[in-house]
Amino acid sequence: MKKGISYAKWGYIFLIPFFVVYFIFSLVPILETFGYSFLDYVVSQGQAASIRNPSGGADNIINNGFCGFKNYADVLKSDGIFTLSFKNTTILWLIGFIPQIIVSLLLASWFTDIRLKLKAQGFFKTVMYMPNVIMASAISLLFFSLFIKNGAIDTMLGHPDMLNNVTGARIVVGLINFLMWYGNTTILLMAAMMGIDTSLYEAAQIDGANPTQVFWQITIPLIKPILAFVIVTSMIGGLQMYDVPYLIGGTAGNPVGVLKTMVSQIQLGKNSSVGAVSALSILIFIVSAILGFITLKLMDDKSVKSMYDKKKQPKKINMATSKK
Amino acid sequence: MARIEGMAGETDSQTRLLVRRIVAYVVLCFLVFISLLPFYLLLINATRGKTQSGLKVIPEGLLLRNFRNVFSENFKTNYGSFIRAFGNSIFVSFFTTVLSVYFSALTAYAIHVYDFRLKKPIHTFILIIMMVPTQASAIGLYRMLKGFGLTDSFIPLIIPGIAAPAVYFFMIQYMASALPLEIVEAARMDGCGEYRTFNTIVLPILKPALAVQAIFGFVASWNNLFLPQMLLDKQEMKTIPVLLQMIKANIASNPMTADTGLMNMFMVLAILPVVVVYLLLSKNIVGGVSLGAVKG
Repeated sequence: MKKGISYAKWGYIFLIPFFVVYFIFSLVPILETFGYSFLDYVVSQGQAASIRNPSGGADNIINNGFCGFKNYADVLKSDGIFTLSFKNTTILWLIGFIPQIIVSLLLASWFTDIRLKLKAQGFFKTVMYMPNVIMASAISLLFFSLFIKNGAIDTMLGHPDMLNNVTGARIVVGLINFLMWYGNTTILLMAAMMGIDTSLYEAAQIDGANPTQVFWQITIPLIKPILAFVIVTSMIGGLQMYDVPYLIGGTAGNPVGVLKTMVSQIQLGKNSSVGAVSALSILIFIVSAILGFITLKLMDDKSVKSMYDKKKQPKKINMATSKK
Repeated sequence: MARIEGMAGETDSQTRLLVRRIVAYVVLCFLVFISLLPFYLLLINATRGKTQSGLKVIPEGLLLRNFRNVFSENFKTNYGSFIRAFGNSIFVSFFTTVLSVYFSALTAYAIHVYDFRLKKPIHTFILIIMMVPTQASAIGLYRMLKGFGLTDSFIPLIIPGIAAPAVYFFMIQYMASALPLEIVEAARMDGCGEYRTFNTIVLPILKPALAVQAIFGFVASWNNLFLPQMLLDKQEMKTIPVLLQMIKANIASNPMTADTGLMNMFMVLAILPVVVVYLLLSKNIVGGVSLGAVKG
């Protein structure tokens, strides 16, 4: 039944708030960032803001105008801020992610194993997911106080003073990231594994396959798209890593700057080397755009889509969420 | 003969299953232990004194002292008022959440219900911007706001909640399964205006989705350090994570004056609202994780 009235204009009207806000708070800033990245633009603060003088002095902006790709060349040098912080971020991400994906695959395959029939799954999942919702800065500060020289765990381990050596500090950050994210990854992989037709497992059992064979020859190939999706979205999250290394290593990213991540460089340079930091931001943008594109492609895959398709989900998990 | 062999194989695989089950439970219990240990130590350390060395597993009696110190004048002059920061965090998180949930639902409604030429491209566009981290535009935002004198304001923390692509993405997925267009049609027949239909008929249908998104939105905003730290300089504007970061900076630069008991007490209070929400609603939260897996 075609009606005389067109409702199309309401579609546009309801989109106005989103796009006005997006324009002001995201699009304009990213374009400005893009513009700054080609400017020889440095700020020196008149007087640093402090508790007693919260607003600080007026900024002294030195803008020498267009400088081409100089900022990009600077941040991409072998000791440039992008090169170093990208390397730091990648190492920290890997230290947290590799154990996380192994443990999560193992847990998810146990939880979904039809023969194992593990009890109290709800309890385990609730406990394992909990660190994810707790303030990352609070968990990090706690770990800082536990691993600092003479802290509780430092004493327990015989005073290795881990936060003062490169490997030790990286391991602590990786450990926090692991704790915060393994529950999340387990739940995602479980959703993927529960989508596998159980008759495949039964057939494998009759053929005499052992659990290891079943895992590598049935589970892994069938969850490949979701596994890829989990890896890529975790990379996007990893690019944004800030709270944990910042709380552990402070502004200087101690020890010797290895805890400086890309995002902490933005925080660090907001009132100084604006041009260079903008170039770094644009590079972050490009890297996440590539990863984002891969994610969108993966989301077109049937098995990934089914994760979002409420119609196929049992009623109980009809409610969903998204986090940063 | 064959039968006996079969039975032997059966018991053999039964023992193997039992072994696997035991291994699984041991690993799970270990993970539960390391997941809960930090929180347990946090609570214990909140009952201990100013200088703490070594591990203690039994609480000491200084809980009340530490609690009082968080609200003391001394704390106020060093870091700012706890109550004020707590209030700021509640204010920012609450309004960010309300705006983001309401307007994301409205945006998704526009794409889901109406037919117009740019519908598809706009949907794709929002999915693309979902993948761009906010940090990438932060420096431009900061310099722009500084130019307008809008730093030290909650506006740039709260208003961007209106354009939350990840929440939009979830809402439109939810509408595809839970919001039949016939309902909208019926409302039109009854002479209900378009905006009123959304507010009085559609929003109640979306309630479960709104609730879960609200929980996650609140938690994310409550825990957010990066943007508040970047934008807020004034003492009385700071939020809880920013205060926490200042306490850490103080310990690092001034270890002699550090009060570890106080610090742990502060952290207990900082995570308390989220822990309470989580324990009350963990079923919804855990159940919802897999359905909105995209990290904005």
